[in-house]
Amino acid sequence: MRYGARSQALTGRQLAARAAVLGLVGGALWLALARMEYRWDWSVVWDYRAQFAAGLELTLLLSLGGMAIGMALGAVGCLLRVSQRDAVRFVALLYVELVRGTPLLVQLLIAYYCVAPRLGYDQPRIIGMAALGVFAGAYVAEILRAGLESIERGQTEAALALGLSRWQALRLVVGPQALRRVIPPLTGQFVSLVKDSSLLSIIAIAELTKRAELLQASSLRVFEAYLTLAALYLAITFPLSRLAARLERRFTPGD
Amino acid sequence: MTEAAPAAQGAGAGAGAAPPLVALRGVSKRFGEVVAVDRAHLEIRRGEKLVVIGPSGSGKSTLIRLINGLEVADEGEVELLGQRIHAHHEPPPSLRAECGMVFQHFHLFPHLRVLDNLTLAPRHVRRLPRAEAEARARELLARVGLAGKAAAWPAELSGGEKQRVAIARALAMQPQIMLFDEPTSALDPEMVGEVLEVMRELAQGGMTMVVVTHEMGFARAVADRVVFMDAGRIVCSGPPAAMFDRPPHPRLQAFLARILSAR
Repeated sequence: MRYGARSQALTGRQLAARAAVLGLVGGALWLALARMEYRWDWSVVWDYRAQFAAGLELTLLLSLGGMAIGMALGAVGCLLRVSQRDAVRFVALLYVELVRGTPLLVQLLIAYYCVAPRLGYDQPRIIGMAALGVFAGAYVAEILRAGLESIERGQTEAALALGLSRWQALRLVVGPQALRRVIPPLTGQFVSLVKDSSLLSIIAIAELTKRAELLQASSLRVFEAYLTLAALYLAITFPLSRLAARLERRFTPGD
Repeated sequence: MTEAAPAAQGAGAGAGAAPPLVALRGVSKRFGEVVAVDRAHLEIRRGEKLVVIGPSGSGKSTLIRLINGLEVADEGEVELLGQRIHAHHEPPPSLRAECGMVFQHFHLFPHLRVLDNLTLAPRHVRRLPRAEAEARARELLARVGLAGKAAAWPAELSGGEKQRVAIARALAMQPQIMLFDEPTSALDPEMVGEVLEVMRELAQGGMTMVVVTHEMGFARAVADRVVFMDAGRIVCSGPPAAMFDRPPHPRLQAFLARILSAR
């Protein structure tokens, strides 16, 4: 909030320019659609609203659950990553590199078709949420590590010199300072996870994207189904990424 | 008596049966190819005020950071309050707690108010109840002239105030020795005096102090013994009058001439 005012107020010129851009983009889209002579029928979307709501709920649930698992795995991964022992650091490095080096889609396929059947497990939602969590955990681990490392070494030294143990120095001095700095990137990570959760549709989870596909298949209303889908994702991600940007402004300047 | 490192050891031994509070025995520290401290021998008696001087990069900071284990020795042995710490070993936290340290750049905890900066270690290391820790912290703040700043954030303080809080924070642990690593070097000139004044009072109270500084006036007035370092070695040491008025070593003479002409 202290730093909020800086980039908030737009000048009249900037507002006018932005309105012009929106008008141009909207007009171009409108023209393109008009030329197709497409007959809109939004009633199918309205009739389908309960399914969209259920899909939205599941998408949020899976993303939140995945993020929670990701935070736990990320915290552990980060602690391993800053360990004094090389072998321990290597375990964390392996996890981070394997997960970040492969597409989420491939990880989901492996989780659903290779891992889950061997475990005799047939709960796609749980598998999907766990896979999202493992995926997010690798990124969260790196965000947390960067947060810890952004705190100058003098803070740890001052804590140690006072007689605090390394764990106390982390818990009482470095951790709390790092936490404030990682809130914006963690919010950003959650926004990504919400979008990435759309991939869960391929393993038969009836989240938002899957619902839109079903509507499209049954009604053959491609535009209505998928434009609504995009709008619903935006409805979640846009406020969150604005929040992340706000937090970033608030926390970054030399704090 | 002011000849070389072993002579410094002799000063401690001559004081009688009391064991030294700190002893460095043949301690070396390397950073890659650079030998920051080269086979240093030093003994510090209880109540002694030691000032370490020397050109920048001569290993002064590393020397005092070896005392509380912020740097771990590659060779030799550090003895702290009767406990021996071998090369490649860190002292246990309980031993560090007896050893207050003040840094050039303060390193106050920016997420804690001034009072909480002072009470953090007493509460979590000494297990003092909050009320008792706070009462003692307020006393210390008054002693460094900052009684009104208990509720302030570190970011709201001037450099001189920050350093006085840092001194109070170290004293809150009731250490047996205080280490000062260039405590006034990062301060605007007009704030140096207030910090030196607090240190002078501390010295008068009988605290054992090791001070790395470029403040020759302070060294002359407060030090029992001045140690001159150059290129990682303790070149010579002795009482300030002898060291400053009749420099026993040509390199000390050259160093003093340089800083005097800089003034």
